[in-house]
Amino acid sequence: MRKVLTLARRELSAYFFSPMAYVVAFLFLLTVGMLFLWGLKVPFLKIRIEPVFRTGAESTLRPLFDVLAYGLVIVVPLLTMRLMAEEFRSGTIETLMTAPVTDTDVIGGKFLGAMALYLLLLAATGVFFLLVVIFGQPDWGVAGMGYLGMILLGASYVSVGLFASTLTGHQLVAGLIGIAILAFFTAGLYLLVLVLPGSYGDAISRANMINNFSYFPKGVLDARSVVFFITITAFFLFLSVKVLESRRWR
Amino acid sequence: MIEVKKLTKWYGRTLAVDNISFHVKDGSVVGFLGPNAAGKTTTLRILTCFMPATSGSAKVQGFDVFTQSVEVRKRVGYMPENAPLYPEMRVREYLMFRAALRGIPGQQRRKAVDRAAEQCWLSKPESMMHRRIDQLSRGYRQRVGLADCLLHDPPVLVLDEPTIGLDPAQVREMRNLVRQLGENHTIVLSSHILAEVEQVCGEIIIIAAGRIAAEGTPAELRRRVTGPSRVIIELRGEQPETMAKVLAEVPGVVDVQHARAGNWTRLTVQGPEDDDLRPAVAQAAMQKGYSLRELRREISSLEDFFIQITYQQSMGAASPAGAEAS
Repeated sequence: MRKVLTLARRELSAYFFSPMAYVVAFLFLLTVGMLFLWGLKVPFLKIRIEPVFRTGAESTLRPLFDVLAYGLVIVVPLLTMRLMAEEFRSGTIETLMTAPVTDTDVIGGKFLGAMALYLLLLAATGVFFLLVVIFGQPDWGVAGMGYLGMILLGASYVSVGLFASTLTGHQLVAGLIGIAILAFFTAGLYLLVLVLPGSYGDAISRANMINNFSYFPKGVLDARSVVFFITITAFFLFLSVKVLESRRWR
Repeated sequence: MIEVKKLTKWYGRTLAVDNISFHVKDGSVVGFLGPNAAGKTTTLRILTCFMPATSGSAKVQGFDVFTQSVEVRKRVGYMPENAPLYPEMRVREYLMFRAALRGIPGQQRRKAVDRAAEQCWLSKPESMMHRRIDQLSRGYRQRVGLADCLLHDPPVLVLDEPTIGLDPAQVREMRNLVRQLGENHTIVLSSHILAEVEQVCGEIIIIAAGRIAAEGTPAELRRRVTGPSRVIIELRGEQPETMAKVLAEVPGVVDVQHARAGNWTRLTVQGPEDDDLRPAVAQAAMQKGYSLRELRREISSLEDFFIQITYQQSMGAASPAGAEAS
């Protein structure tokens, strides 16, 4: 476990040395800020999100979280694509895997490192919540549930992104694979439900990450969704370990 | 101690290492010599538990590389080719990270880093330890890689091409360093430069096309090379055939070959092993009154030997590694 933390710390500090993390963080916070103050209107897609921060609005970050759940489909893979792909490309995988650490340690460390950065980004949205607190009376339980949902959703996104990164030595390819998998589990399944008849559709919509997430910002704690996200995260971490193992046999 | 038995590695349908067996005694410095893509790196990667062999077994310090991999890793310091490092980290930061990964407890980490840095001459200007790795020269980077191997004071060091890409001065430094470390470590290193292995290693294993082509101490290998003595002589005076006949009558001569070299005749005189025929051959030529332009003993270098056997191997020639150099 100590080795996992050592790896995680190095991973987190490596983020702060790479411009990518700053660029992504900047865009992320810019988007959040704009949504918060101005909302989002895309007339031809019939998307209309009122600004979160306006008089008479519900004092909650819920609309923000709903948009972020989709936005993170792109943001998280951009942050995680480096994790393993860069080790493969630069050859540091050789020094890493010949140190007395297991494959599980490595994947665990990478996951926690990336998760730590994600949590920092999420914590930065606390500024907006603070404004809501100052100018309104938010329901703390609902807000807490929203953040819990964001953490669970983030964990499963990060594990998918990490898995994509174990597949290739090219960061960009890893990023695209990650985005593709996440897009499938969110928008992809949403579209599939529209096509398929009733009972299938119901089953499929339960596998949709966004659907599972949507309960949280409303303040509903659904055990199924909690289990769903934990399962997804564990599953993709498991796959990552297996891919890392299998790389040696080639 | 390293014990390798019938090690074979296939990459898909390509055979990289073909049934290799060898043994490295404690405290010896062994050089893996071979052309590129001969299977050196693959063998070292198997020894350091980076990847498993397709078949066969390897033991390091009595631990199996496959079933007791973590035990082996604790006892081996491995520097891969080109010493890959994290470019954004600083030297001390990197070594501290590696020390933690190797399970060195917190209080001792700093000490271990200082010791390893000193061993690799990294600590001289203290500022070196605070430099970013991507700003270091090749030589320094290689030293950081080596320092990393030494952090946990392993009994066995495995170095893949430790001098590749270094300038001549750095190469000499690295060799001295390896020689120094060889005094109290078992070292396996690979190289495609014979002179280097010859200088640093007590034993050489020549590997080509995935097989061991020859092994032994540099002296043993050299003996195989310079087997029968050959004398090259260039003469003028009579017909080549006549002169060849004259030299063939010199006691001890086994065979004489001749060839034209301009107005001169170049004769290659083959004698028995470990016998210098030069005085006898010269005397015979003088007695006949030939003019003599050149007289030398042909000593084929280990380099020729190396090139020859690796060439034979890669051409798929079945003949055993011979000692004759052209």
